[in-house]
Amino acid sequence: MKKETVIWTVVMLVGALVLVLNGALRGAGSAYVKAVPMQFVNVAEPGEVNADWIRYNSDRAFDEKLCTQPFEDIPEDLRESWVRYEQAELGEYLASRAADPNDDNYRFSLSQTLGIWVAALFTLFIFSFLYKDNPFYKIAESSVVGVSAAYWMVIGFWDVIVPNLLGKVAPAMVRAWSIPGLEDPPNYWYLVPLILGLMLLWRLSPKGSWIGRWPLAFVIGTTAGIRLIGFIQADFLSQIRNTVIPLIAIDSATGSFAFWDSLKNLIIVIGVLSALTYFFFSVEHKGVVGKTARLGIWFLMITFGAAFGYTVMGRIALFAIRLEFLFDDWLWLIDPLGRRAAEYASLLWPAMPLLG
Amino acid sequence: MKRTIPLLITAIGGFVLIIAFFSSYTQSWGEVAAIWFDILAAIAFILGGGNLMKIHLKKISDRKAGWAYSGVTLIAFLTTLIIGLGKIGVNPSEQFPDYAWSGSYREVGGPFWWLYEFAFKPLTATMFAMLAFYVASAAFRAFRAKNIEAILLLGTAFIILLGRTYAGVWVTGWLPEWLEGLKLENLTVTIMKVFNTAGNRAIMIGIALGIVSTSLKVLLGVDRSYLGGGEE
Repeated sequence: MKKETVIWTVVMLVGALVLVLNGALRGAGSAYVKAVPMQFVNVAEPGEVNADWIRYNSDRAFDEKLCTQPFEDIPEDLRESWVRYEQAELGEYLASRAADPNDDNYRFSLSQTLGIWVAALFTLFIFSFLYKDNPFYKIAESSVVGVSAAYWMVIGFWDVIVPNLLGKVAPAMVRAWSIPGLEDPPNYWYLVPLILGLMLLWRLSPKGSWIGRWPLAFVIGTTAGIRLIGFIQADFLSQIRNTVIPLIAIDSATGSFAFWDSLKNLIIVIGVLSALTYFFFSVEHKGVVGKTARLGIWFLMITFGAAFGYTVMGRIALFAIRLEFLFDDWLWLIDPLGRRAAEYASLLWPAMPLLG
Repeated sequence: MKRTIPLLITAIGGFVLIIAFFSSYTQSWGEVAAIWFDILAAIAFILGGGNLMKIHLKKISDRKAGWAYSGVTLIAFLTTLIIGLGKIGVNPSEQFPDYAWSGSYREVGGPFWWLYEFAFKPLTATMFAMLAFYVASAAFRAFRAKNIEAILLLGTAFIILLGRTYAGVWVTGWLPEWLEGLKLENLTVTIMKVFNTAGNRAIMIGIALGIVSTSLKVLLGVDRSYLGGGEE
């Protein structure tokens, strides 16, 4: 075995051991939840078609006959219940256990603990690419492709296809199935996007993929039409309108000449005109036009510099968030929001038993 | 036939919406078209998912290099899809407790939420976070302050980066009141409000003109590249 491989293996094993000890001894990376019982009773009058569900023990006057008796005594067809788990902090869990050791409202969550570890490992797998391409990175990369493709499919199905397509074409079915509050009458115009959608899916077939061009043509045509109007209105005209500004600005409070505002307005007008001159290629950029275009390039360079600066800042902020997740949520080495008890927040945790 | 009808659909769809905009009776057609567009986009996601499965199943069956990673992709895809579409582990909504499917598929604590929170979010966020290193290293290698344009770009990026941090405030904190405009945090604001506004406006006007001309080319059938090549 190569010396480099041995060193890396030892480093990895020691790291893994520290992680396991950190998790086992301090509970680092664990998550807690609060169990909230959700109990509902149907207080509709007998014979009433629509159910009228209210939260058990709510203060509605006319449900007294149901809400004063124990939940278990209510007939099964008039009650529904489940447990909702809300995220909780370690501090809340410890406080509830200290107050009553048998209190199980606050619980350790195995699934969310596992989630934190999975998220931490995925984060490290991706960062491992900074060293070089490796199987861990490839596993994370393949996972992100699969998860994100399915994620957007699910979003599209539940947020668009069900309410906007099935809900219009077959509202009775959707009402009985997933959106009981849906009140829209059928709108058969929506059969058009349904048929176009099915034609689009035809592209998966090995033959007749030209059928998929029809919905594509519809999408391209309508998008072109909507964008043409939208961009003329929102970008072209409004940007010109916003650039027609007074070059001699007056301070509205004192009524005097506002030098700095005038200068700013002048720079904006000159900047827009000179940058547009640069984009105008029908005239050769020589003489006055050339000099104006050069000035336009300078304005554009400042704009690109600002965009670059903001992009870098955004990425660094994301990087900081990932580090915060690793050090705070996973390893419990920092506690910027004071979510855990003091003994868990300190970096000196290994020495805590000695320090008392 | 295979190309003429799509061209007609494109032209009619686009021009009807443009004309509809000029009448208050038909202005809402644009909104309906936008909903139809969303529906087709959602169906396109299904098409994308189908294609993904097709490609990766083929890669696995052909035992191509890296086929095991295709297996990982498919497992991740199918797990997320089944959990999300089946609303697995989701409780009913509080409004309709007797309808098992009435709950939100994104319910906090549910399996789909778990996949978003502990797989999708960390993976995508870390991917983008990693770009910080590549942007910085590319900038270090490519940017050279050898002319006025490069100096302006670099200088602006430097001021913006410093001006939004505590270090920037500290570096120029000693400047007297009459030079307050030169403090990095104020300089950043001026750059964004004046120079950046001017440059962005010109760019947006240019983009708008570009989109208008491209849209017209598509609607008039001058640009047919979206139909692809060949008869099939």
